Amino acid sequence: MVEYFLIPAVQILIIFLVLLLFVAYATYLERKVVAFMQVRLGPMRVGPYGLLQPIADAVKLMFKEDIVPAGADKWIFMFAPVITMIPAFTVFSVIPFSDSHTTVFGYPVHLYITDVNVGILFVLALSSIGVFGIILGGWSSNSKYPLLGSLRSAAQMVSYEVAMGFAIVSVLIYSRSLSMIDIVNAQKDMGWWFAVIQPIGFFIYLICGVAETNRAPFDLPEAESELVAGFHTEYSGFRFAIYFMAEYANMILISSIAATLFWGGWLSPFPNVKALSFLQVVPGVVWFFLKVFFFMYLYIWLRATLPRFRYDQLMRVGWKYLIPISIGNVILTAVLRLYFRT
Amino acid sequence: MPDEIKKDQPESKPPAPDSAKPAATPPPAGHAPGHPSVSEKKLATKAAAAASTPWTSPLVEEIKKRFQGSVIESHTMVGQNVIILETPSLIEVCKFVRENEIMPCDYLVDVTAVDYPSREKRFDVVYVLHSFKMNERVRLKIYVADNETIPSVTAIWPTANWLEREVFDMFGIKFSGHPDLKRILLPEGWKGHPLRKDYHLQQMDDEWVKANLNIETGQ
Amino acid sequence: MADVEEKVITALHDHDTFLDSSELIINMGPQHPATHGVYRVRLHLDGEKVLGAESYIGYLHRGVEKLGEHGDYRHYGPILDRMDYVASVSNNLGYCEAVEKLLGVQIPPRAQYLRVILTELQRIASHLVWLGTHAMDIGAMTIFLYCFREREKILNIFEKYFGARLTTNSFRIGGLQFDTYDGFEAECLDFCNDFPRRIAEYEQILSDNRIWIGRTRGIGILKAEDAIALGVTGPVLRGSGVKFDIRKAFPYECYADLDFDIPIGEMGDTYDRYLVRNEEMRQSRRIVMQAIEKLPDGPIMGKVTKVIRPPAGEVYHAIEAPKGELGFFVVSDGTTTPYRTRIRPPSFVNLQALPPMVRGQLVADVVAIIGTIDIVLGEIDR
Repeated sequence: MVEYFLIPAVQILIIFLVLLLFVAYATYLERKVVAFMQVRLGPMRVGPYGLLQPIADAVKLMFKEDIVPAGADKWIFMFAPVITMIPAFTVFSVIPFSDSHTTVFGYPVHLYITDVNVGILFVLALSSIGVFGIILGGWSSNSKYPLLGSLRSAAQMVSYEVAMGFAIVSVLIYSRSLSMIDIVNAQKDMGWWFAVIQPIGFFIYLICGVAETNRAPFDLPEAESELVAGFHTEYSGFRFAIYFMAEYANMILISSIAATLFWGGWLSPFPNVKALSFLQVVPGVVWFFLKVFFFMYLYIWLRATLPRFRYDQLMRVGWKYLIPISIGNVILTAVLRLYFRT
Repeated sequence: MPDEIKKDQPESKPPAPDSAKPAATPPPAGHAPGHPSVSEKKLATKAAAAASTPWTSPLVEEIKKRFQGSVIESHTMVGQNVIILETPSLIEVCKFVRENEIMPCDYLVDVTAVDYPSREKRFDVVYVLHSFKMNERVRLKIYVADNETIPSVTAIWPTANWLEREVFDMFGIKFSGHPDLKRILLPEGWKGHPLRKDYHLQQMDDEWVKANLNIETGQ
Repeated sequence: MADVEEKVITALHDHDTFLDSSELIINMGPQHPATHGVYRVRLHLDGEKVLGAESYIGYLHRGVEKLGEHGDYRHYGPILDRMDYVASVSNNLGYCEAVEKLLGVQIPPRAQYLRVILTELQRIASHLVWLGTHAMDIGAMTIFLYCFREREKILNIFEKYFGARLTTNSFRIGGLQFDTYDGFEAECLDFCNDFPRRIAEYEQILSDNRIWIGRTRGIGILKAEDAIALGVTGPVLRGSGVKFDIRKAFPYECYADLDFDIPIGEMGDTYDRYLVRNEEMRQSRRIVMQAIEKLPDGPIMGKVTKVIRPPAGEVYHAIEAPKGELGFFVVSDGTTTPYRTRIRPPSFVNLQALPPMVRGQLVADVVAIIGTIDIVLGEIDR
C-alpha cells in the first residue's frame, strides 16, 4: 500500500513542485542569458538580481482578469491550455533523474517516479497530445491570428515529430529497449554516449526538439512580429501563464530526453574510462541537471542569435532534409548494427 | 485668365532690381479685388516678390508648338522652372513631358495644391517632375476652380495615386479617371477639406466635442 | 508601368485560391508589432499566401501642414520634429533650407558643415533603428539591441548638442542656434572610429546567415522601372539599382565638397536594400569624418532679419532624408506666416509600393517588406 500509493504520491508531489520551480526559473534563466547576450541586464528589480521576478510574474498573471473573447467557444477555450500543460508535466514521470536510490522507512525510493518498459513511446505519445491544446486554443479563440498560429503549429509539430521519431529509433536500435533506464544503462555498457555513436540522430533530434517546442528559430506559431502572439493571442491572465509554463516544461522535457537518450542521462562523461572515474564523485542527478541546463542554454542561445524561418522554409527543412536524412540514418544504423552484430 | 492675374498685381513695387518686369508670381497676385484678406492687407504694404524670370527652354518651346495655347506662362523662380498650363491640355502635355526626347520626366515627385480662396479659380495644382536623363526638375501648374474636376495623371505616373488622393482629401479637388479616389489621411466621415483656407484650425475638433462631449470647445 | 497599380487592384478580384476556398481577410494593424506604428494593411490571404493588400493610413494625422499655416516661419520647426521622429534633424534641415532658398540667404560654412555632420549622424541613427526593427521583425532580436547601443552614442551627442534626444531642434532659418560644445568633434570621431567594427558585427550576424538570406533574398522585388513608376525614393530606389541621391543630384549644404559614394543594389530585393542601407551607414560615417576634418571656424548664423518675411513666391526644396526624398513646398505671400507648407514625405510615397511588392508572397514576407521600406508613421500621416 505504502509502496504503491503513498511513496509515489509523495514523489509526484515533490517532482511536480520542483518542476514548477524549474519552469519558473527557466524563464528567469532565459531572460538573464538573453539579456547578457544583448548587452543589457535583464530583470534586476524584484529581489537581488531580480531573483524573485518569476514569482512576481506568476502572482501578476494569477491576479489578472481572465478574458474570454466574445464568440469564443468558451469551454474549449478554457480547457485548451490545460490540455497542453498536463502532458508536458506528466511525461516527467518516466524521466530517470538518477539511478541511485535510498530507503525511506524500509521502502526503496528511486529518483524517478516509475520505469515503464515502453518509456520512450509513452513520452512520444504524451507529448503529441500537447499539440491538441494549441490547435484547440487557436481554433476556439474565434480570431484570425490565433487560427493561423495554431494551424502553423499543428503542421509544424506533426512534421517534425516524424523526423524526431526516426532519430529516436536510431537510438533504440542500439539500446534494444524502450525503457529510459535501460537506454541509459546501454550507454554505460557501451562506454559511449549515444551522441557519439549517433551524431546524425543527435543533431536531428536537437533540431526537431527546438521545432517541437516552438522555439526560435522555429517559433512560427507564436511569431510575434507576424501573428502578434500566435495561438495564444487572445489568452490573458493565468490561462496565458499555463501555456507559458507548458512551453517551458516542454523545453525542460526535450532537454531531459536529449540528456537521457544521447548524453547518457545521469552518467558522468566517459563512464568506462578509469582515469575519469573521479568524476563519479559528483552525484548522477547533478550530471543530469548539468546536461539539461546545457541544452536549455543552447535553446536560449539559438533564440538570441538566429532570425526566424518562414513557414514554407520550415516545412522544406522538415520534409526535404530532416525526414529523409533521419530515415537514411535509421537504415544505415540498422545495417551497421546487423553487420557488426555484437 | 492669365490677363486677369497680371492685372491684379500687388500695388507695391518688387524691390529686387531684376524683377522690374511684372512679377509673374501667381500666389499673392491672384486675389480678386475688393475682398482683401488679412494677409493681403499686410501684403499691400510690405510684400516683396521673389525674383521670377520668364523661362524658355526647348521643352517649353516644343510644348507650345505641339499644344497650341496650352501654356499660360513659364518662368523660373529661385532657380526652379515652372510651367503653368491650361487644365484641358493637362493630360496631353503630361504624356508629352513624360515621353519626350528633350527632357523625359519619367519621375513624378509630388502632387499638391495651394488654395487662394479669393481667386476665381481658387486652387493651384502643382506637379513636381524630375527627369533622370537630364537630372532636372520642372513644376507643372494648373489653376482649378472649386468643384471643377481635373483629369488624373495616375495612368502616366502611378505615383500620383496616393498623392492625388491626398489632394482630394485635403482640398476637395476631384480627379477623374483616378482608380480609387477616396480620403486617405482623414476618416471617411470627415466633413470639409482641412487645407482649404476657409477651414478653421479647430473647426472639426469643436464640432466633435460639441457632438460627443457636450462641451463648447476642446481647447 | 501603369499596370503596376492595376495588378494590385486585380489581385483583389481574381479568386485563384487553393481548392477554391474563400479568401481570408486579415487586418494587420493598426495595432500590430510589425507595422512600425499605427499603419494598417488589410491582407487578402489564401492560407498564408497574400493575394492582395490595401493600405490604410492616417491614424497619426495631426494636421502638420495646416499647423504650418498658423504660425510664424520659425514656429514650424518644432512641429516638424514630430514628423519623422527617428530623423528629426533631417526634417528641420529640409524646412530651413527651403525657407532660406526663398529668402535668398547664404548660410555660413561652419553652419553648413555642422548641419551636415548632424544630419549624417542622424542618418546613421535612423538606419540603425531601421536595421534593428527590420531584423527583429524577421526574428533576430539581438541585433535590435546592438543597433540601439550604437544609436545611444549618437543620441548622447545629440543630447549634449541639441538638449534633446529625439525632437532635436536647433537648426534655424539662416544657420544654427548653438555652436558646438567642447569635445563635440572628439566625440563624433570616437563614434566614427568605433562604428566600422560595429557594422561588421551586424553583418557577421546577418549577412551570411542562411536564414536571413532565405528570408530576404528574392523577397519584395522592385524592379528599377517599377520603382521609378511608383515614385519610391531613397534606399528603396537605390536598392532597385537606380543611382539617384539628392545629395549628389542637387547638392545642398556642403555636400559638393565631400567625397562619398552612392551604393546601389542589383536585384531590388529586401536583401539588396539591407546591403544598401548598411553601406549608406558606412558612407555617412565617411562624410562625418571628412566634415569634421574640414570643419571651418566662423559664425554659425547668416544674415537673417529678426522677423522672417520671405518675398512672395514659392519654392520646392528637397533633401535626402534617411528614408528618401523629403521635399518642402513652401509658398510665401510676403507675410511672416507661410501661406502653404507642403511636405513631400518619403515614407508616404514609398509605402505606395507595398501592395505590388507583397502580392504573391507569404504573410511572413509582408512583415519583412514593411520593414524594408522603412516607414515612419509620423511622417506618412503628418
